[in-house]
Amino acid sequence: MKFKVNNKEVFASTGGRPFDKKKPLIIFIHGSGLSHITWVLQTRYFAFHGYSILAIDLPGHGYSEGPALESIEEQGKWISDVIDSVEMKEASLVGHSQGCLIVLECASQFPEKVKSIGLMGGAGAIPMNPELLDLAEKGDSKAVDLMMDWAHGPAGHFGGHPVPGLHHMNLGGSIVVNGSVKNALGVDFRACDNYKNGFEAAKKIKCPAINILGDRDRMCPVKAGKKLAENIENSEVEIIENCGHMILLEEAGKSLEILKKFIRKNHPV
Amino acid sequence: MDPKTYKFDTLSLHAGYMPSKNAGSRQVPIYQTTSYMFDDVDHAAALFNLERGGHIYSRISNPTVQVLEERVAALEGGTAALATASGMSAIFLTIMTLCNAGDHVVVSSQLYGGTVNLFRLTLPKFGIKATFVKPRDTEGFKKAIQENTKCIFGELVGNPGNELMNLPEISNIAHKAGIPVIIDSTYQTPYLFKPLEHGADFVVHSLTKWMAGHGSSMAGILVEGGKFDFLKTDKFPTMTEPYEGYHGLSFAEEFGPVAFTMKARAEGMRDMGPCLSPQNAWNVLQGIETLSVRMEKHCSNALKMVEYLSNHESVAWVSHASLKDNPDYELAKKLLPKGTGSMIAFGIKGGKEAGAAFIDNVKLASHLANVGDTRTLVIHPASATHSQMDEATLKLANMSHDMIRLSVGIEDIEDIINDFEDGFRAAKKPRLVSNK
Repeated sequence: MKFKVNNKEVFASTGGRPFDKKKPLIIFIHGSGLSHITWVLQTRYFAFHGYSILAIDLPGHGYSEGPALESIEEQGKWISDVIDSVEMKEASLVGHSQGCLIVLECASQFPEKVKSIGLMGGAGAIPMNPELLDLAEKGDSKAVDLMMDWAHGPAGHFGGHPVPGLHHMNLGGSIVVNGSVKNALGVDFRACDNYKNGFEAAKKIKCPAINILGDRDRMCPVKAGKKLAENIENSEVEIIENCGHMILLEEAGKSLEILKKFIRKNHPV
Repeated sequence: MDPKTYKFDTLSLHAGYMPSKNAGSRQVPIYQTTSYMFDDVDHAAALFNLERGGHIYSRISNPTVQVLEERVAALEGGTAALATASGMSAIFLTIMTLCNAGDHVVVSSQLYGGTVNLFRLTLPKFGIKATFVKPRDTEGFKKAIQENTKCIFGELVGNPGNELMNLPEISNIAHKAGIPVIIDSTYQTPYLFKPLEHGADFVVHSLTKWMAGHGSSMAGILVEGGKFDFLKTDKFPTMTEPYEGYHGLSFAEEFGPVAFTMKARAEGMRDMGPCLSPQNAWNVLQGIETLSVRMEKHCSNALKMVEYLSNHESVAWVSHASLKDNPDYELAKKLLPKGTGSMIAFGIKGGKEAGAAFIDNVKLASHLANVGDTRTLVIHPASATHSQMDEATLKLANMSHDMIRLSVGIEDIEDIINDFEDGFRAAKKPRLVSNK
């Protein structure tokens, strides 16, 4: 659906069901340069099981009006604005990668609006490789190829997508390339690299949190994910074997099962 | 700093399959099953409603077929693929997913005869009409686009005349008109040409041909490029509007770069069901493992045959884009740097009668209705593969009655040439031969 946030048009997938203010809200926040498409194997389930879903395209991504927001702090505030714009009081937030940093910021700045948080492939800080950052800021599509290489575990490189016929790395790469390498991915990478408040934000979070980590994640390794979890008071950790950074797609079924259990418990219908 | 993703030859052997997820089996297992156990009622409902991935019924998907789909998607650079029972069913499924009654398509006039008849005779029964344009007539493609046109379809190198479409330019024309381009890339395979890198939005193959190579199994596939954005136009309501068949699902909104394949599978395989058998998928996978080495030999043998035929006194003309005097030579150099393929069309002096004598007297080359086998194949299109086309359609396809279509195999080139010598000798005396 399309709606306005701060007078700019925003697109969000509602998981195939109409948005309904009477149902508990879950907001899904994608990673760097990506879009709502990455969440399709989680959102449709929740949408058809009693929740209202907003798998948002961040500003300047997918079908949302730009420009992209330049800092994680702004993006965290923007998620709070999304909740206000759809006239809801609270939401559970689920993030992937950079989306986790945004979740940390929003949940720490606006604790009254956040019911529970799910972090997939998250860390308290995501410093960027300088060469990768430079390529993305120049709009070089090689940055996408490198990101897809590093982001995927064995299943991404060989095959075995949970949805028959889909190709992990080509699909992931096409989401970024169809958007903008320079104006979305480049801005996102810079925002991640600049962000230093992750652990401080984590310490302020009191709502239930789950950290879903992939043991083959080269971008936000298990060690970094566990360190973040240790800084969140009410936090669980689930590690998925043979899984890279693209947990939400590489192990869509397992990550959905973990998320289902967690959200049903902490933000019931 | 470069990505360490696997290259073409490695993908040909490994893409789409992980032994660790299949009991350690090094070879891809053949999942000879119709259906798959659900964990519980919730799991079943989620699978049926596309809330999660997985297999339900082998008409829709199958784990062995899935390996083939991911492998071809990897080789073509596609976001997704859907295997079908044959190349023709891949084309039919693609058009039926894209078009409604009342729609129109612009089609190259040089296509496999079955494809011509699909567009000329069968699709009009469903209210989908086609305008045929000669492959070299780039401006003609532009002129043929109407308000209700939904795609441009063609073969990069047309069957059987070997004339090239200027795909990059034709793709620009299509995209300016807000429609996708579908290329049947059977002749090239991704070893020689990746249409998605040159502007095409979807690729279809008859995997029966060079991809498999062995000539044992029928198979086809649709590959999605992931770049055509259905939401940027109002031309494709079946992709963008809520679909009743899945509780109001908008395929384009939910599935973005794989929306078309998802719809082709969820709707097309569900309702029409042209599924590929796991055994045939496995057979094709065996062929794909050696695609690069076979294509290299096909192409090198083809170049030698072009040279031999071009200098032969019994040959009136040769059509192959590797020839410097061929109108497509420069375009082929640009688009097909690894080789112009192993299909050769040539005209035999003495016309139809000489052609028949030639075909009846070659022994190594097989006379049959297929191309892309490892073995050398010959046919007289006007009396076989394209025989159901009327004179006007044959003329539009630039097909003459003296044309012989040659699919060069990977036998020893000397043996192929010796065999052709026997054929040409007999063709000089057609009456004598027929009296035998």
